Amino acid sequence: MLKIENLQVAYGGIQALRGIDLEVPDGKIVTLIGANGAGKSTTLRTISGLVKAKGGSVTYDGQELLGKPINQILEAGIAQVPEGRRVFANLTVLENLKAGAYLRKDKDGIEKDIQWVYELFPRLQERSWQLAGTLSGGEQQMLAVGRGLMSRPKVLMMDEPSLGLAPLVVQGIFEIIREINRQGVTILLIEQNANMALKTADLAYVLETGRITMKGTGAELLADESVKEAYLGKKRT
Amino acid sequence: MIDKQEAKRKNLISLAAVLAFLLLVLALDQIIKPTSKMYMLLTVLQKGSVYALAAVSMNLLNGFTGLFSLGHAGFMLIGAYTYAIFSIPSDARDTVYQYFDAAVRISFPETLGNALGGFGTALGVLLSVLLAGLVAAAFAYLIGLPVLRLKSDYLAIATLGFAEIIRAIFQWKKLGPVTNGSNLLKNFDRCSTFKLELGGATLSLSTFVPVLIATVCITIIVLLVNSTYGRAFKAIRDDEVAAEAMGINLARHKMLAFCTSCFFAGISGATMAMVLSIAQANNFKSAMTYEILLMVVLGGIGSISGSVIGAMLFISASEWWLRGLDSGSFLGITAPTVFRNGFRLVVFSVIIMIVVLFFRKGIMGDRELPEVLAGLRARRAKKPEAKEVQGNE
Repeated sequence: MLKIENLQVAYGGIQALRGIDLEVPDGKIVTLIGANGAGKSTTLRTISGLVKAKGGSVTYDGQELLGKPINQILEAGIAQVPEGRRVFANLTVLENLKAGAYLRKDKDGIEKDIQWVYELFPRLQERSWQLAGTLSGGEQQMLAVGRGLMSRPKVLMMDEPSLGLAPLVVQGIFEIIREINRQGVTILLIEQNANMALKTADLAYVLETGRITMKGTGAELLADESVKEAYLGKKRT
Repeated sequence: MIDKQEAKRKNLISLAAVLAFLLLVLALDQIIKPTSKMYMLLTVLQKGSVYALAAVSMNLLNGFTGLFSLGHAGFMLIGAYTYAIFSIPSDARDTVYQYFDAAVRISFPETLGNALGGFGTALGVLLSVLLAGLVAAAFAYLIGLPVLRLKSDYLAIATLGFAEIIRAIFQWKKLGPVTNGSNLLKNFDRCSTFKLELGGATLSLSTFVPVLIATVCITIIVLLVNSTYGRAFKAIRDDEVAAEAMGINLARHKMLAFCTSCFFAGISGATMAMVLSIAQANNFKSAMTYEILLMVVLGGIGSISGSVIGAMLFISASEWWLRGLDSGSFLGITAPTVFRNGFRLVVFSVIIMIVVLFFRKGIMGDRELPEVLAGLRARRAKKPEAKEVQGNE
């Protein structure tokens, strides 16, 4: 279980996270929703070690991760799919996947996982020799997810996988997220698309200006009046 | 599996081509005598291989890792001086250091040559060349510690500054016992003296040696670029944030790329000293860095074969093909008198502008020579195939 306790992060004088508590149980899909600037991405970047925390703790199966270098966090089994896809545009699809397995040394295992990713995303196999920059947005997102999976993570954190994609493609991405989860990968999903995220998630948290203001199962939050009003676009009466 | 066999076959073909090229150079080295008109070809090959190595090593940094560094001339200077200092024979040392008391008195080629004969001399030269690369890499490490935190233009300015500082330091009088101040270093083992004696026959190696050094180094760089490290470099170039998220240690890989690039720049500097038979700090001005950058850009940023082609074309054009323009006649055409001196450079600049206009991404883009050749062959093969398909239908 990935457990976050009283996590505080500040950028200079600006307090981005004011002590949040979050639990990601094994085998679940957990989503973190919230408006722009609420601190969603900061949470994710802090867990993966890209941003230094001011206080609190992040533990995975009892092992403290805060303050560890990125590669050790990755080796502990926590990978991320960064916001805005960020594929390596001038590398081929295959090279992108191999770059995702950068920390691994087991050649056969990597080969096997490439096949696994290709099974998840047959489209990527077709384009294996194409430069990633020439893929469509949806394909790039698939590649970003596949690249994240190449480190064989136990927990995959995704930062807004639906960003800038057509509704139909978004549905496809969420189906894949469920499929990956079924295959045993725990998922921490950060989303602006609250509707899709809540429908997919087992557990959900609402983040507002650096604080967790609400938590519950996806269905509970989906039915909640205040969530509906703030994130699902229900008209005020 | 088929892919792997195919890749193996392609590697064998490339290896064979490289060996054939080396043999050709060795043969040319014997056939063309210094008095011949075609001797320019050898000069171009010598200088071209020096610049090709410099351009490829710069491409490793600018094209593959995305670190825009302009300190290359400085590191080549370090290489050239290191090579020269450790290769001047002891009896020539006092003549070379005529105003100073030489501090370094060891000469690898001489010491090893005395101990092991001709083979020892070659080994000594090799040792000096390697040392040249290592010293350049060591300087790169020290300079890299502060400047690799910078990005793009700022990094370029900082490295450019350091290269100029290095040049100034090497000309400093106080360092005279080591660097001979602003006087040149000479009389060390140089290309024109490289020979191989095989049962009475003497093989001239004056062109073969620099070409061989460049070929070996470029091959190493190609292997590096295609390795896991190379992939990490390219990942950093494309997206630092994503690369970091994949667990690639940015600082370490940038430093590795910087030091490797400067190591080969140092070797290229040593080879340059060998070719020119002198080493003088004044030759390694920032203009040299710009020339190398121009070769990289002309050849294609991110293409190793492009850098080699760029360097060879640049040197051939500026040293050989366009020489006639300065004396007023070129391909039988006599230029008006006004244009005579320096007209070559005008034409050269125009050619560069035309190349840049028509090949936006350089001659090779970011592709390599085998890819381009395979593409050409496929295109030629495609035409009859298409007809066949029509016939079948």
